[in-house]
Amino acid sequence: MGFFLRLVRDPLGAAGFVLVLFWVIIALLAPVISPPQNQRNPYAIARTGFSSIPQPPSEKAVFGRTSGGYDILYGIVWGSRTAFRVGLIVVSCTSLIGIILGGLGAFIGGWIDETVMRVTDLFMSFPFLIAVIVMSIVLGKGLDKVILALIIFGWRHYARIMRSEVLSVRERDFVSAAKSLGASKLRIFFRHVLPNSVFPVFVLATIDIGTMVRIAAALSFLGVGAEPGYADWGQMINFSRQWLLGIVGDPFCYWYTYTYPAIAILTFVLGWSLLGDVLRDIFDPRMQKARRGSS
Amino acid sequence: MVYYILKRLLLIPILLLILSALIFSLVMFLNPYERLSVFIPNPEAAIAGIPFEELITRYGLDKPFYVQYYNWLKELFHGNLGWSASARMSVFKAISRYFPATVELMLLSALITFAGGIFLGTYAATHHNRLADQAARVATSIGVSLPEFVFGLAMLVIFYAWLGWFPPGRLSYWANEIVYLSEFKRYTGMNVIDSVLNGRIDICADALRHLILPALSYSIGLLSVVLRLMRSSLLETLGKDYVTTARAKGLLEKVVIHKHARRNALLPVITVAGSIVARMLGGAVVVEVVFNYPGMGRFIVVSAQGLDFPAILGAALLIGTLIIIVNLIIDFLYTVLNPTVTLR
Repeated sequence: MGFFLRLVRDPLGAAGFVLVLFWVIIALLAPVISPPQNQRNPYAIARTGFSSIPQPPSEKAVFGRTSGGYDILYGIVWGSRTAFRVGLIVVSCTSLIGIILGGLGAFIGGWIDETVMRVTDLFMSFPFLIAVIVMSIVLGKGLDKVILALIIFGWRHYARIMRSEVLSVRERDFVSAAKSLGASKLRIFFRHVLPNSVFPVFVLATIDIGTMVRIAAALSFLGVGAEPGYADWGQMINFSRQWLLGIVGDPFCYWYTYTYPAIAILTFVLGWSLLGDVLRDIFDPRMQKARRGSS
Repeated sequence: MVYYILKRLLLIPILLLILSALIFSLVMFLNPYERLSVFIPNPEAAIAGIPFEELITRYGLDKPFYVQYYNWLKELFHGNLGWSASARMSVFKAISRYFPATVELMLLSALITFAGGIFLGTYAATHHNRLADQAARVATSIGVSLPEFVFGLAMLVIFYAWLGWFPPGRLSYWANEIVYLSEFKRYTGMNVIDSVLNGRIDICADALRHLILPALSYSIGLLSVVLRLMRSSLLETLGKDYVTTARAKGLLEKVVIHKHARRNALLPVITVAGSIVARMLGGAVVVEVVFNYPGMGRFIVVSAQGLDFPAILGAALLIGTLIIIVNLIIDFLYTVLNPTVTLR
């Protein structure tokens, strides 16, 4: 509880918490806010007609409709579920891979550590976005392919951070104490080293939930992500691209096609990144001192 | 030290070999027919008369992975990167045309990122907890979270659709015609530099007019990262004893900050600079697509969408090489700046 209070006492932390909470509520209440047209496939954005010209907000469609008759509000509401799915799945998988590879490598040392680090270096020299684009094109269309591609190339930072943490924790006194008490290697690793070195990974993971959603949205924007008509924020912005310039004399006449999805992405990513920043301050008192300034 | 650099330099070709093999193996996920589709420009019209099996055998698409990889590698060492079907020119020619455009964009972005980030970060730290500092805290949080394509599209709506100041693309139509004349000598392939060397200031201005929005959208997130880092690092340095000593000596606050504190505070920024430059090299993709800017990023996206693998392999190899070299330089620079770190 004290931890939570410290989180929300910081105005930026509180803002982050509110933003994330807002999207959690939206995602949970999605069927209530926008009842799906097709019960079996709620992620297909509800559409009325196939008119290629966007329709401004009205009573029937509160946020208006984008080209193809897709309801913008529906896409935003169900897109929040997509965002949570992408963020949570990718980050839990990548951080787990990073913790295991980096942590065990550093703990065991020797050639295993060397191999893990060289493989990490190799993945580091891949341009991340290009690698993910190529991978998801090779795997085919669909959000699950994007998730897989993000996992394959996303674990490298976690392995690095975990390794450097374990290397310093391994030398601490309580580890030597456990060793002299005759604890097994596995027990030392899981009971003593791991819990004391996992916090930086935790902080990075919080920020990464937003980052991964941002990258997945960029992929959808480039047309290599979700299938057309799937509730996904990046794709909705891609839809709006041809309406961006408006018409002569009224450059903002299709403002609703891009404004709402852009706000959705921004607030989601911002929420997680604010939360992560404040978590870092709380877990790392040295950083806190630097931030608040000791002079 | 020398031993360390030699070891790292020797590792580069090995890393590149594995890197290219990995990218190449990605291609192998597709079956030969899919990979053949690149060579067939208009499938609907030609579907009846295409001897698929014969073509697959001729291009060796059904051979095992290592044979195809070996063939590609052999061609590579002869300076032949293959034919890019989507760009309708050889991969080498496509890269030599698109790469300078990206370098131009990147140099301007790097300038905005580092100059802006360091200057604003210093300002925020020296005005700690005042309005400017609080504004910087909020602005960088938004800057870090803002997707490049959202910011880029917003810029396009405001500065192109509404105000009509900065158009997308790389050059205006009239300038494009002059640039491709034979009197206009290409020294670097970068429009801004070439036009100055040719004495055409109007073209330089036009090139900059097209560059400014993509560079801004590209650097806004990275600028926020540098600003934050500079701010927190400088705040920490300002609390150190030698800064207090310098102040106690009665030095001007300006001298204390610029001569004593900022130099040491720059160290973490330089450490991160490598990863920022590496991210820049691989990250212009989205911005170039948004602004229809004909650079490497857009080239890669277009060729990836057309399953044009010779192009992707060539481009990825070039970028991978650059990232490895940049990382090496940064490691080296780090030891020069911080003598307490020794390389092994």
